[in-house]
Amino acid sequence: MIRLRHKLSKGDFILDVDTEIPDAGITGIFGESGSGKTTLLRCIAGLERGGNSEGLPAHKRNVGYVFQEPGLFPHLTVRGNIDYGARRATTRRVDGAPVIDMLGIGDLLDRKPASLSGGEAQRVAIAAALLRSPDLVLMDEPLASLDRKRRDELLPYFDRLHDELSVPVIYVSHDIDEISRLCDHLVLLDKGLVAASGDLFDVVSRVNVPMLSGRNAGVVLWATPVDHEDGLTRFDFGDGDIWAPGEFETGRTPMRLRISARDVSITRERPLHTTILNVLRAVVEEIHTVDRAAALVRLGVGNQSLLAQVTNRSVSRLELKSGERVFAQVKSVTVRH
Amino acid sequence: MSLYGPLWLSAQLAFVTMVVLILIGTPLAWWLSQTSSRWKPVAQAVVAMPIVLPPTVLGFYLLILLGPDGTVGRWWVELTGSTLTFSFTGLVIASCIYSLPFAVQPIQNSFEALPRQTLERAWTLGASRLDAFFSVAAPLSLRGFVSGMVLAFAHTLGEFGVVLMVGGNIPGETRVVSIAIYDHVESLNYAAAHRMSLLLLGFAFAVLLGMYIFNRKWSTR
Repeated sequence: MIRLRHKLSKGDFILDVDTEIPDAGITGIFGESGSGKTTLLRCIAGLERGGNSEGLPAHKRNVGYVFQEPGLFPHLTVRGNIDYGARRATTRRVDGAPVIDMLGIGDLLDRKPASLSGGEAQRVAIAAALLRSPDLVLMDEPLASLDRKRRDELLPYFDRLHDELSVPVIYVSHDIDEISRLCDHLVLLDKGLVAASGDLFDVVSRVNVPMLSGRNAGVVLWATPVDHEDGLTRFDFGDGDIWAPGEFETGRTPMRLRISARDVSITRERPLHTTILNVLRAVVEEIHTVDRAAALVRLGVGNQSLLAQVTNRSVSRLELKSGERVFAQVKSVTVRH
Repeated sequence: MSLYGPLWLSAQLAFVTMVVLILIGTPLAWWLSQTSSRWKPVAQAVVAMPIVLPPTVLGFYLLILLGPDGTVGRWWVELTGSTLTFSFTGLVIASCIYSLPFAVQPIQNSFEALPRQTLERAWTLGASRLDAFFSVAAPLSLRGFVSGMVLAFAHTLGEFGVVLMVGGNIPGETRVVSIAIYDHVESLNYAAAHRMSLLLLGFAFAVLLGMYIFNRKWSTR
């Protein structure tokens, strides 16, 4: 485990974090803007004076930092930019060739940063950070400066990072979809304090986390693709099936599915005539009132959970209580990874 | 009276001043660009003073300071046995003060234009402050260095008042080109004054033109 312990006050804002994260995989730090995500990363990197108890300057901390904007050195070529950190690394544990290959920047090495697209520049910045052979990689919303299209182009590279990288990564974002796709562990930051911290699959299926309600509510599940039909893939899930658009490689490897709470509704009886393909047997596990109108319901499906965002009115109409058997209708599923 | 003697002396003075100013002016410009000290405006005002002060005022105080009875001048006499005033070394010191803002300000502007994140990236990639300065900040501020060097050189070449006060008119030691031109005019030798003036005029234009062409090429790269 890596212990994060940072205290910093800046005007009205106070950051006070003391938590542990795994020393492998990707840890997501999620929070609204102003919650202190970037400040926390800067403290870890040694870029904030007084933000870490050891007081080590940034160049002695051995972390790789990927900023929101790539910010490559314009006077160096891509190769020069990548070598900059590698030449200054105290221990060289990461080889250049596999990283350059993984990030698909082999053809860009002799170019100047000014001629790169935003996505290419960010990939070069990531390579530079990795080749410094850091003990920890910090990424501060590395996709936020890119438009939708470029972001979609870049995300698969992050998937590869997730699969192939042995160094732990802290990934800051205000986009729960990105976090759900890439991260294994999740730290929720609210006004400079840790609101929740734990395994991603566990934290996102909690109903009583105010930050993860409304648009941000939804679970991440593992499911194995079984076969294809009509342009859809059937996933084996619980004691039923989930159909999702797209044809994914079938086999034994489970894939990540994200199901937003707004896309799940509850019925007492199995609906017969509906356009919704995914109807699953479920057990009501917990009902949490979010505000006057809305409630979040956690449903047990097999040994995993779904969240459904419903109205309090529906809860009382259907007389929903914990332990009752119902059907969950899932309107849309996003397949990650 | 030789045409090239004063010109050569002026060029030597301007070159030495330029070199000294880059060495002193760079750390000063870096400090000014990075500091948030409350003394920064004071330091900036002191650096900029030679732009607004009449050279005679500057020269007058330098004469007092560098003269054999002045604080610096007396110390120099004890150290070397010769006086600072009316010597080439004295002229270099005076020129450095006189041309300081012309070297410091362009370099400082370049440093201030560097994105903060560029330096922070260098640090997180393992570069110490000094390393990051030489490997990132300095090469990215090349334009400021070129402007600072050209302006310091050209401005020193054109000084008159300060030289007259501190250096006087000793051939081969302090008789720089602007003094020589003044002399020629005083003695109604307009032809000689013309030759030197035209040369200086052409030189000043060529240097400034060169600098602006460089700046344009640099900015469109």
